Amino acid sequence: MSKHVVVIGGGVAGLEVAGQLSRAGIEVSLIEKESKTGGHLNNWHRLFPDRRNSIEVKEYLDGMTHNQRIILLTNTTIERFNRNKGHFSITTNEGRELTADAVIVATGFDLFKSARKEEYGYGIYDNVITSADLEEMFRTGKITLANGSVPDTIGIVHCVGSRDEKVGNFYCSKLCCVTAVKQAVELREYLPESKVFCFYMDMRMGGAFYEELYREAQEKWGVSFIRGKVSEASETIENKLLIKVEDTLAGRPLKMKLDMLVLMAGMEMSEGGEKIAGLGGLNTGENRFFAAADNHFGSNKSNIEGVFFAGTCTAPMNITETISHARAAVVEVIDYLKDGK
Amino acid sequence: MDKFGYTISKERQIDYDSNNRGVASYIFEKEPSFRLCIECGGCSATCTTASFTDFSLRELNILIKRGENDQVRQNLKKCMLCGKCTLVCPRGVNTRNIVVLAIKAFQKSDNYEI
Amino acid sequence: MIIKGKKAVWNDYQKEIADNNYYYVRSCVRQNFFPGSETAFLKIMREELNKDVYEHPCHTTCTGIGYHGDIVPVETTMTVVARQFALMTEAGYENLLPSCITSFGLYTEILDTWHHFPEVEKKVRKQLKKATGREFKIPKNLAHASDVIFKFRKEIGAKARYKLINKNTGEPLKVVDHIGCHYAKMFPSRGIGGAEYPYVLTGMIEEWGGQIIDYPERRHCCGFGFRQYLVQANRGFSIACSKEKFESMKPFKPDMIITNCPGCPMFLDRWQYVINEMEGKRYGQNGEGIPVFTYEEVAGLVLGYDPWDLGLQMHQTDCEPVLDKIGIEYAPEDKYKLNILPAYSEKHNLINV
Repeated sequence: MSKHVVVIGGGVAGLEVAGQLSRAGIEVSLIEKESKTGGHLNNWHRLFPDRRNSIEVKEYLDGMTHNQRIILLTNTTIERFNRNKGHFSITTNEGRELTADAVIVATGFDLFKSARKEEYGYGIYDNVITSADLEEMFRTGKITLANGSVPDTIGIVHCVGSRDEKVGNFYCSKLCCVTAVKQAVELREYLPESKVFCFYMDMRMGGAFYEELYREAQEKWGVSFIRGKVSEASETIENKLLIKVEDTLAGRPLKMKLDMLVLMAGMEMSEGGEKIAGLGGLNTGENRFFAAADNHFGSNKSNIEGVFFAGTCTAPMNITETISHARAAVVEVIDYLKDGK
Repeated sequence: MDKFGYTISKERQIDYDSNNRGVASYIFEKEPSFRLCIECGGCSATCTTASFTDFSLRELNILIKRGENDQVRQNLKKCMLCGKCTLVCPRGVNTRNIVVLAIKAFQKSDNYEI
Repeated sequence: MIIKGKKAVWNDYQKEIADNNYYYVRSCVRQNFFPGSETAFLKIMREELNKDVYEHPCHTTCTGIGYHGDIVPVETTMTVVARQFALMTEAGYENLLPSCITSFGLYTEILDTWHHFPEVEKKVRKQLKKATGREFKIPKNLAHASDVIFKFRKEIGAKARYKLINKNTGEPLKVVDHIGCHYAKMFPSRGIGGAEYPYVLTGMIEEWGGQIIDYPERRHCCGFGFRQYLVQANRGFSIACSKEKFESMKPFKPDMIITNCPGCPMFLDRWQYVINEMEGKRYGQNGEGIPVFTYEEVAGLVLGYDPWDLGLQMHQTDCEPVLDKIGIEYAPEDKYKLNILPAYSEKHNLINV
């Protein structure tokens, strides 16, 4: 009898898991809370470090899942989640009952809600936007201020909601630095007359080709990097943003007027993930993400037998890492199911 | 003003918008590697002058970029142009040439309009 | 500026403010700085709003100035504050209403400390008992006097004789609000509107017809800062803080400044005179200064109280430009007639024990 696995979350990790499991002959139900799959990929225009169009990755993932026997349940959330004698029974918001031999949680991340950093005035000052808002502008090809004009000076604030005890996030979201550099380069491409400043605490360029992109941003695009956490923004009478930051390497506070401020929102455990953790009794860590059974050789395993994790529901990861993590989850599940459970 | 026993303190902030960054533009043009500095401090660590004075080439590079010209001008002459800093720079910045160009820039113009 | 976003922040920071039966504790310095303000507050509370406000003659300083000036150790401060609580308990009141922002901040800080470290509270209780024989209950409600005026801003608005509107142009007066640092910067959740976009004074101004200006250095300290002012040699630092604010607000052409702290109106008012003496600079329109008011003074003006009864002659930066813009009637010749004040305070039995 063929086995049935429920995958919770239809983002990058969930799609990869569903596709790979299906290829291995396992029946898959993929549950997605939105009306379409793809998760955050749908909101991102180009991807670091090579600035490829995100649609290419989406097409790969769709190719993995569309041709296989996967039951896709969109606009679906989980209301009940029980384990009974090695099987799982799951009840959806529409009252559908699913029985599964194993469950893969791929609930991903939520972007930090930047309005929580009140001092930056997101949602209050006209020209403070987030990294996600900027991606939307890149997609439409129109990078404009609230009044329709083109910005000359643009500041990018790293670590918004990351490495920040005040918002309860001690951890580094890992991808915002490279996103900032990528977006700085793109801003210079779209607006050759503009000046772009990145305000960082540390440049964490720890991925393949990240440092190269950083170097390119300096050398080719003239992006300025100023080490210091922006402490506050305010609006001047001419509707510019006055920011205060310490230029920590000059050892002096610095103030500057900018036309636009872009906040690099960090990654947080998703609300959906928190709900599943509660329903299923799954352990979460100090960073509120799901806690893996072992950090080194069990990063896909949960505290409950038969429930596995894939992707950014366990920690911030880039797409490459997410896909690798998802494949590793598939190996764990197949191994688990073959024991006749 | 003596009658109050104190005067109004001057701001320490770098006022980026008011500063003139003509010197920086001049160096960027003549020595593009100036852009590549990641402020690691390798240059200052190996610098003979830095061992005995408060001269810091790392800080100087930043101050030039911010347009804090008075401070730069005061410190430039401390450099003995030995070029050891250029040997250690991990980003391949021609650090010695930056100092040379800065000195030239200040000789060209008193008001930093280069 | 997206006002919807600000309103969302304001909604996040609401606080419970007692409705009646307040135990009012005065500020050490306000009666010297702006002597009409606390008097006006009591008159508004008792006569306009018919509230029960009680004062105790044995109330002392909370030691906040000494505490923030690094002179009084925290344990001493806590014991002094415990005694204030004891006086309130003995008088049968539960709603503490400080006039001073630093006291409010200090009481908030102490209550929070005791909440997290009950052993500290226990020790302080023991010390108080040993020293004075007194015992106390934790206040049921702690609100600053400006919170209470905020709570009743509509009632005051309904009785208003004047609105904060320029009678010649019909435009609302442009008002800068300045919130004392100790109001919400230490505990943002205890201040109406929080620390970044405080609403406590904005709410009053909007209700009484004025328009609030948000300028870049709105969050900056007035320059009092205790430590930087107390030593004469440091006063250049203090005045530079005020100057930074004036320079930043000037392009917005404010008509007046409203404050809710004892120190802020003092420094924003007096430093304008000193800056003018030192540098010949003024920040208001037509070569004038920008008049600075306490919220009680503004409430009193709105209610039609005589400016000299409110003590506005004690301001170093003349308040007349604002009085004239609003169209408030006053007798210029009475400005410095000191006999007005005693007559006013005798009429009201301010100390009620």
